[in-house]
Amino acid sequence: MVGLSIVRRQTLPPWAEILLPVAAIFATLIIGALPIVLAGGNLFKAYSSLVYGALGTRFNLLETLVKASPLILTGLAVSFAFRARFWNIGAEGQLFAGAIAATAVGVYGTALPSWLVIPACIVSGFIAGGLWAVLPAFLKTKLKVDDVVTTLLLNYVMIHVMGFLLYGPMQAAGSSWPRSEPIMDAAHYPILLPRSRLHLGLVIAIVMVLAIWFINARTVFGYRSKCVGVNINAAHFSGVNTDMTILKTALISGGLAGLAGVGEVCAIHYHLLMDISPGYGYTGIVIAMLGNLHPVGVALSAFFFSCISIGSQTMSRMAGIPVYIEGVI
Amino acid sequence: MMADIFSASFITGLIGATLRMSTPIILATLGEIITERAGVLNLGIEGIMLFGAASGFLATLATGNLWFGILMAALSGVLLALLMSFLAVNLGLSQHVAGLGITIFASGLAMFIYRKAVGSPVVPPTVHPFSPLAIPFLSDIPFIGESFFKQYFLTYITWALIPLVSIFLFRTRFGLRIRTMGQNPFAADTVGVNVNRTRTICLAIGGALFGVAGAFLTLAHQNMFLIDVVGGRGWIAIAMTIFGNWNPLMGSLGGLMFGFLDALQLRLQSVGIHLPIHVFLMIPYLMTIVALVGVSRKATVPAGLLKPYRREEKGG
Repeated sequence: MVGLSIVRRQTLPPWAEILLPVAAIFATLIIGALPIVLAGGNLFKAYSSLVYGALGTRFNLLETLVKASPLILTGLAVSFAFRARFWNIGAEGQLFAGAIAATAVGVYGTALPSWLVIPACIVSGFIAGGLWAVLPAFLKTKLKVDDVVTTLLLNYVMIHVMGFLLYGPMQAAGSSWPRSEPIMDAAHYPILLPRSRLHLGLVIAIVMVLAIWFINARTVFGYRSKCVGVNINAAHFSGVNTDMTILKTALISGGLAGLAGVGEVCAIHYHLLMDISPGYGYTGIVIAMLGNLHPVGVALSAFFFSCISIGSQTMSRMAGIPVYIEGVI
Repeated sequence: MMADIFSASFITGLIGATLRMSTPIILATLGEIITERAGVLNLGIEGIMLFGAASGFLATLATGNLWFGILMAALSGVLLALLMSFLAVNLGLSQHVAGLGITIFASGLAMFIYRKAVGSPVVPPTVHPFSPLAIPFLSDIPFIGESFFKQYFLTYITWALIPLVSIFLFRTRFGLRIRTMGQNPFAADTVGVNVNRTRTICLAIGGALFGVAGAFLTLAHQNMFLIDVVGGRGWIAIAMTIFGNWNPLMGSLGGLMFGFLDALQLRLQSVGIHLPIHVFLMIPYLMTIVALVGVSRKATVPAGLLKPYRREEKGG
């Protein structure tokens, strides 16, 4: 007799992995409908104006893409870290770090040749964001300090670092507002299409999606990073330097969030200010989860969130629903 | 200036403010300790506190009754904790993900109901907040009375809760069950504890405490609802849970330390020590991280934390 035993399937079939996020989106829209109905709005009108507001005109579509760029980057940042079970909740602070570094280069780097300014902003923003994530990763690997808590608390530290800089050394001369001097023209990201705000940041975001996909699927480091996430002990005993892998993962993760900050400074605001990010770092967590931690999934879910964000501005106006519904969804 | 710092009124004021500022942190830390002892990390804490702050404030704004506000805050905390329980305990989702989801959801919802209720007036509406309650005779003791016995009623309750939660966890049958379940849910199940139901109860108790902690901020500490009113205090409570090694007394000590740093930075500013304000604001968060570094290597994490319980997956 052959002894057969029936065990539960441990992994999901591929179709379910794609279907689940789609189901989640529908669930979101249904749950989102509840406050709309309670608030006395017309459901069909609300959602149709959401779609129109996000995609209906050339301007709206381009604005959606503009908004998607930082969201793709923070979503990637979170997903890459979560894949290795490095619980990086600090993308918001890392974004600020990148924004500060880019501003520093853009304002004070006047000695640089002009073709080098944008690359310098990008590299310094990546490094600043990356280092701000390496710090909690170091505390996790060397001192066993919980990464959720440290990455979160460092967000608040970075907000106050930025406050200190903007009310102090980096404040624009003669300004009473907490904002820096404008960055020089050479630091402005080029605009991709005339009559729009669509900028280099979207290209950077898409390149990063491909780069992370390549790292994940085709490199030894990407494989090790995943192993650490799946079973850190097994990875350790099969000879992976787990500490180093987590540190490198954190550097890339923080760097990606830093790039989101660079984009906001160099393409949207052109100077540093306190509310440079309406919570892109936190939204990145949701985006990463909805995207199933897969880079392409992240890009799609970032686009979805961007649609809701841009679309809901019109939706609020047309259906009379407070814009905060976006936050609920 | 130095004379200002060492004056009696500065010190009594500082101690009094420390006790006030630590109240919400300690309440939330106690809630999180109960929850985590049962084996569930509730990262929804920050959002639940914000929602408690909003619902408590709005309930008081509507009725004029402060205690009704506290009750509503506790109830809404329980509801959100039950949602967390459904996701993390019943469905067995990742506790990190479920908790963060709750925080994002509850924060959005808090903003939504606040805007829905009050609109966007130029001057935010205010309530008449709790006033400190002087305890007869004790509050007349010089220095000590001023610092310790002219506090909010909620602060007294919080201080009473510290030993009560300790006794509950370490001296009662139910507390023993909770701790067993947090260490080894299989052992708890074997001796007849309903693991998932007990976890749900613990989450609900924690949620009520988070909600009240949030409402303390809008109904006692301040008298209005601001979007950043919680300002990371939920995360601080998570840190204090680890810092206190999942022990109510030690965790509350951590909360007291944070309250002290928070009070100190406010007081030093008010006597005119001109360090940049943002350096002061950073200190409590930095010190919390430093404190965690100090204790984390010898922390004894409840072994069952983060693990959903499925009876059929023996040995997990």
